[in-house]
Amino acid sequence: MTWKNKAEAVVIGGGIQGVSTAYHLAKMGMKDVVLLEKGTVCSGSTGRCGAGIRAQWGLEMNCRFGLACVDRFEHLHEELGMDVGLNQGGYLMVAYEEGEYNQLLANMALQNRLGIDTHIVDYDEAKEICPGLAAEDAVGFTFNARDGHADPFLTTFAFQEAAKRLGVTIHKYTECTGIRVADDHVVGVDTNRGSIDAPVVVNAAGGYSQFVAKMAGLEIPNYSERHEILITEPVEPGVCPPMLMSFSGNYYIQQRPHGSIIGGCSPEGHPADFQLGNSWDFLEHMSKTFTKLLPRTKGVRVVRQWSGLYNMTPDRAPIMGEADAIKGFFLTCGYSGHGFMFGPVSGDLMAQLILTGKTSIDIDPLHYRRFAEGKLLIEPAVV
Amino acid sequence: MKKEIVVCRCEEVTLEEIRQWINRGYDSFDELKRVLRVGMGPCQGRGCRDIILKEIARAKGVPVSEVPVGTFRPPAKPVKLGILAEGGDK
Ligand SMILES: Cc1cc2nc3c(=O)[nH]c(=O)nc-3n(C[C@H](O)[C@H](O)[C@H](O)COP(=O)(O)OP(=O)(O)OC[C@H]3O[C@@H](n4cnc5c(N)ncnc54)[C@H](O)[C@@H]3O)c2cc1C
Ligand code: FES
Repeated sequence: MTWKNKAEAVVIGGGIQGVSTAYHLAKMGMKDVVLLEKGTVCSGSTGRCGAGIRAQWGLEMNCRFGLACVDRFEHLHEELGMDVGLNQGGYLMVAYEEGEYNQLLANMALQNRLGIDTHIVDYDEAKEICPGLAAEDAVGFTFNARDGHADPFLTTFAFQEAAKRLGVTIHKYTECTGIRVADDHVVGVDTNRGSIDAPVVVNAAGGYSQFVAKMAGLEIPNYSERHEILITEPVEPGVCPPMLMSFSGNYYIQQRPHGSIIGGCSPEGHPADFQLGNSWDFLEHMSKTFTKLLPRTKGVRVVRQWSGLYNMTPDRAPIMGEADAIKGFFLTCGYSGHGFMFGPVSGDLMAQLILTGKTSIDIDPLHYRRFAEGKLLIEPAVV
Repeated sequence: MKKEIVVCRCEEVTLEEIRQWINRGYDSFDELKRVLRVGMGPCQGRGCRDIILKEIARAKGVPVSEVPVGTFRPPAKPVKLGILAEGGDK
């Protein structure tokens, strides 16, 4: 692809966040949008994620975000002209502790008030939703049928193809190595292939966003944690139609449309060494979880395991906004374990912010200044 | 009449689809894997990887030896969950 050394906006990072932001900038009329990806598109966290989508949250802002995402995913196929592998089998939340169940009920009351149809199900109903389920030890369940998952590759590539049609230039194997700032305004980027002048630069570098922020002289408190995940061979559909999720049980498990079952958990020790290895401990721990929860899976084979980065912030909520002292430098990062589902909506909101200064969902609380002001957004519903 | 040539039997992906996506810029094994699922089937690419690498080499005009073979992910031989779950109780 030919190299142009000027752009209206440069987006750093080819995960769902960067690709969605680039697409929405072009859709809102920007002519010269360039996206830089140091590897290939979707090789970062996005291509490694569980790809769950849910509106069952505990903070009002996240519920609004989650519901907007479910709405958006339901129409992405038509909008982008490509299948995104959406599968709405619902999220079945499983609580094993009294306090945890009360939290689910409080979340549900909030969700219902915001138009999300989450309801309580008893164990028999839970087994109807998920036929092979064994959870006698659970205290209670909530379910929202419109939750589900999509294919993270197809979703990102659908945005990429649509963005290309709108004139976005995507450079793979292109690493941003420096960000140039003059008089408190960003003026461009340097890369391993040359430099680009641009008045707008977006940091969508996922697990590396703290390093990219530093290139502009900005310190953000983000760090990256390795999370592991595994997938089985395909089995007959209906073994695990919903996403099973439990905070105290520490798991999420779901069956893909082609039959494979995918599952992960929060890691012990929270490794933050940027290694993307696989551990035997995880494999053994997750196999125990699988076979206890879904005894039918005992004879099912694991075909792959891998890991990816959660880009974390002190409150596990993302950073969205423009840098205070560097005009034109925008951040959309720190999505921890829910950046895939937020992508279609957060990219839209970022483009609105960049082009109009206003957004249809209030994202001001997500600015990184909340950390200095002590206004953390603690979400009770995360694994 | 055009005959469909299936390259990846596990995921039923045709040569035509592979060529189409290479033309759109998905010209590495890992990118094709992500968009078409080639190499993700039960055989984990044993049956299709070489043909696809050749196709990429042809499109890019480079020798096959210069095309990266893509990521291999463990376990190389699928193991049953029930057996893995018992691993700890020695
Ligand atoms: C195991 C696991 C399970 C998950 N499950 C879910 C889930 O069920 N639902 C959900 O919504 N989310 C889930 N997530 C979280 C989700 O994957 C992330 O929040 C999301 O993908 C973040 O997207 P991103 O675009 O910000 O980052 P990424 O996809 O990581 O993209 C950032 C890109 O920037 C590139 N980059 C970095 N530095 C540079 C540079 N200097 N120059 C150029 N390019 C650069 C990287 O190569 C990378 O491709 C999960 C994550 C993991 C690891
Ligand atoms: S033939 Fe392609 S994965 Fe088996």
